[in-house]
Formats: sequence, structure tokens, C-alpha cells
Amino acid sequence: MIPYAFSYHRATSLAEAQALFANATEAKFLAGGQTLIPAMKQRLSAPSDLIDIGQLEELSFIDDHEGAIVIGAGTRHSEVAASALVRKRIPALAELAEEIGDPAVRHMGTMGGSLATSDPAADYPAAVLGLGANIATTRKTISADDYFLGLFQTKLEDGEIITEVSFPVPRRTGYAKFRNPASHYAVVGVFVAETASGVRVAVTGAGACAFRVGEMEDSLARNFTQESVAGISLPADGLNSDLHASADYRAHLLTVMARRAVAAAMGRRP
Amino acid sequence: MPHVSVTVNGERKNAEVEDRTLLVYFLRETLGLTGTHIGCDTSQCGACVVHVNGRAVKSCSIFARQADGANVTTIEGVAHDGILHPVQAAFREHHALQCGFCTPGMIMTAIDMIQRGKATDRSTIRRELDGNFCRCTGYQNIVDAIEAAAKEMAAA
Repeated sequence: MIPYAFSYHRATSLAEAQALFANATEAKFLAGGQTLIPAMKQRLSAPSDLIDIGQLEELSFIDDHEGAIVIGAGTRHSEVAASALVRKRIPALAELAEEIGDPAVRHMGTMGGSLATSDPAADYPAAVLGLGANIATTRKTISADDYFLGLFQTKLEDGEIITEVSFPVPRRTGYAKFRNPASHYAVVGVFVAETASGVRVAVTGAGACAFRVGEMEDSLARNFTQESVAGISLPADGLNSDLHASADYRAHLLTVMARRAVAAAMGRRP
Repeated sequence: MPHVSVTVNGERKNAEVEDRTLLVYFLRETLGLTGTHIGCDTSQCGACVVHVNGRAVKSCSIFARQADGANVTTIEGVAHDGILHPVQAAFREHHALQCGFCTPGMIMTAIDMIQRGKATDRSTIRRELDGNFCRCTGYQNIVDAIEAAAKEMAAA
């Protein structure tokens, strides 16, 4: 499959990337391209210009700041999965990264690209929302609670580039995903985090974008056990329904995945 | 047309490409290296896996211009002086191919997983093969071959 014609530009700095974007008519930034390029091949996306920011070294890092792990937006999924630092401080985040796509996709795909796209079935949105991360861009810092707006809709404006994501280190975390065996996207994925400021439960795959489940959070805050979420189910109304899973089935999976995520978190030392 | 310069299997290749040329078409059609296959063309099947700067990627989902300046290794570049790469030899030894269509991608993926230390046990090998489909469904022997090659390469 061959995409519509476009002009390719490789940016050598964030400043150059922004200037190139401003001078193009309908540009898109290219990071790892593992969602964008397949969409372009299917001619669902037809940018006039692609501005490649996938090789900017300034966007590729994993740092230990006080109480937070800060990950550059250009960091590949494989690097997050293999990071000893992430494995030690936020193990569920490394495990989530290792469940994205397949090894070859993980060598290209980036955290910033995943968040900028906000595919309703992507994995990282669950971790970002579940951990209450902060998303830094070339223009501002956005809290995860304000970031996801709807189907492929985020708080990012035209020409804005995610630069890094800061994840507060939680007490314990778990991620459980019912994986589509062909695409490897989440049919439903649930990220549970017990943090200094409370329990957070974030869901991907089930709605237009990642969302939190307050009822589960309150119940887990009282008692952090699988039983606390086992009796809580969301109404199927409004959940995604497609050839892979009906809304009813997704509602069922959501509770099951929440239980498994709590079990995974409980398997770790608090 | 734009110009790219890519080191493919150790040789510097200079060529003109369209911006929208995918790496797999550059390898197959511009360079004539048809060992890299196009299977699903939707980044699921893994027949097109090559190494870019030492990492396995799906060449149907990266533009040739993204690989400008990079080192690319394809299935044509893994044997040396007429001697098969240990993974190739193990695939032959263990009858790890039937029709052979998926084999180049399987071998490039296997070399990558062995290099990353992920070919440690059969269940890990199977997980690492998540992005490679064999429609003859000969996975059993493919796993046998990768396990054997990993052992041999560790001993070497």
C-alpha cells in the first residue's frame, strides 16, 4: 500500500521542527510512525508534510527525579520496557510497555507518539492517567486528568510537541490487559495505582479515550483487595462496541481486568 | 527526487526515492534485495522485518528517508563467505520452514531476540515471535530452531 504523496523533513532540533510545521499547510509530526504510517498507507491520513522528530536525541531519556520518573517523549517502548530504573520504581509501566504491539513495533513506537495520537485502545494512556502523570509540551504542562478529551482528541494544539512525561512514583501498581491477538491493542486494559494521594484506576480500550473509574478508586482506597472491585461494573451504555467485542462484553472485561490489575499490584511489596 | 544514502549489508547505497517510498520497497525494488518479503503490508505479519541500526523493525512501516544515514541489515546480509548464520543453519537443521515465505522475517526477528538475550526459554521465544506469522503454522520447529541457535551462539 502506498500513501498519498507528501514532503518529508527531518528536524534536527525541536525549534526547527516547530518552524517546519509553521511553514507547511497540513503537516504532521512523525515520531515512531507505528500508528501514523499504517493510517497513511490506508489513506486515512494525508498530511502535506511529515516532520520527522523521531531521531531527536533531546527527546530520548529516562531520568530519576525526586519522587518521579521522567521519560522523554521520543523514548521507544522497547527502552521503557528494558529500563532497570522503570522496572524498579514503576514496574507496571515497564510491563505495560512490553505488552505494546510486538518487538519490532516497540523498537520504533514512542511514548509521545502514543499519547499525541490517543488511540482509544492504546496502552500508555492508561498508565499516564492511572499514575496522574504530567505531560510537558513545547508550550505548557498538562495534567493527565485534563489531557484526554475524546476519540483521538487531546489537549494538544496544532504544532505542539510533547517533550516529556513525568510519572510520580506510586506505592504499587498493576496493569492488566485483554489483548487483541491480531493487533495487540487493548480490548480493555486497566491500570491501578496506589499513590501517596490515593488510589487511581484508569481504563483504556473501553471508551473514546482513557478514563478513570471513581467508584473503584473509592472502594480500593477503603480496602485494597480484589474483592473491592469484583462487585463493581460499569454500565455498557456508552462503551465501545465493534467486531472484536460488544459493549456488554467490554463492561464485563473491565471488572475482570480491574481485579487482575489489583492482584498484580498486591503481588508487589507496598 | 530526494536522495538517500543507506548502508545496506555493509555497503553504502545511494539512490533517489520518493518521500513516500517505504523502506521495504526501497530494498526490494530500488536495490533488488527481494529476500525481504511483503506479507500483510499492515505491520502485523513480520515478513518484512529487517534490522535498522541493529534493531528489528518492520520495513513496511518505516519510510526509506527515515533510514537515511542508517545501517540496514537484511536476510541477504547475515551469511558470510558462504557460511550460513547460525540461525539460518538451525532453521535448515530443524526443518523450521515449509513454504518459506515468512522465513526471512522469522530469521531477522530471531537474530534480534537472541542478541537481546530474550531467547531464553520456549515461552519467551513464543512471546517474542508475537509479530511474526507463519501461515503454514510451523511454529513448533521455528521455536526449536531458535532455541538451538541461541544455545549454539551462547556457546560460541
